[in-house]
Amino acid sequence: MNGTRTELERERDAGQAAEAKLVRRARAGDTAAFGELVSIYMHRCYYAALGMVGSPQDAEDLSQEAFVRAFRARGRLDPERPFYPWLYQILRRLCYNFTRDTSSRRRKLERAGGWLVAEARVRASVDDPERVRATDELRDRLESAIRELPLAQREVFVLKEFEGLKYREIAELLDVPMGTVMSRLYAARQRLAVRLEGLE
Amino acid sequence: MNDDKGRMGRNEELLMRALDDELEPAERAEFERLLSVNPELAGEWKRLSRLKEVTANMNLRSPPEEMWAGYWTSVYSRFERGLAWILVSIGAIVLGSWGAWHFVQDLMADADLPTFVKWSILALLVGLVMLLVSVLRHRVFVSRSDPYKEIER
Repeated sequence: MNGTRTELERERDAGQAAEAKLVRRARAGDTAAFGELVSIYMHRCYYAALGMVGSPQDAEDLSQEAFVRAFRARGRLDPERPFYPWLYQILRRLCYNFTRDTSSRRRKLERAGGWLVAEARVRASVDDPERVRATDELRDRLESAIRELPLAQREVFVLKEFEGLKYREIAELLDVPMGTVMSRLYAARQRLAVRLEGLE
Repeated sequence: MNDDKGRMGRNEELLMRALDDELEPAERAEFERLLSVNPELAGEWKRLSRLKEVTANMNLRSPPEEMWAGYWTSVYSRFERGLAWILVSIGAIVLGSWGAWHFVQDLMADADLPTFVKWSILALLVGLVMLLVSVLRHRVFVSRSDPYKEIER
């Protein structure tokens, strides 16, 4: 057990060292190194944006913009710290501004929806048309209920439920106390449970 | 940002940690004891467990594979275009200012043009610049602090 743990720790340290090397090169203006960082984090960044704005096109747009801004601000990168939390701060500012921006309101309404999908095993097990309809209705209701959550609650809910992060990891990412993470999540769940009442 | 800190009691905290499988063994025993004596908490546990079950069966939708293939190229193009726009803007501002300065000098030196026409053209130009600056300033600074911007019109 101890040996396995040490091996995992060694792997993690090696990963961090490799990332620090890439960050140092990116900081010096090496676009190839920055490209590697993009390849490593593009999935995570895209899905985080998708959870916050609820539209695939806007998530693509905002996550790419976050990388562009990160590259422009590369001088402030600290190779001793992990890259993703720093990138995430840029991304969440963009997403917050986007959801507040009145000029994009119409676009948001047109593009909203279709960002959640039932797990493959659930889709495979549903062959009754009535149950397919019920699953779709549940998904639609959940999508719209999540979209109506205050952004601070939605963000925590998505990080917990769809990214599967621990409270501690969310707290570190958002730079807030763990109690705040839990209370935001609690408030989000209360609202969602009310919205889903009566649906089976 | 909405901060909900401090609204949770011990029961709610245990409830949340139980839902997310983050309870320590001692806390689990405490929670199970609470569930057996507190029907309100037991009801909430059932309600939120159902929600947890629903969300556990949902995922964020994956984009088409092509998007990932062209992702870095798009990021790079955006960066390049951003840089190009900055250069174009700097060039346009410098050349525009230089051109305007020479235009005003030539205008004032033109002996054939009546004085009131010269000053009218000058007023028109200065007014246009002021309008442009004012609109830009409004868009950049004022709209950020508009307390009514969240209201649907």
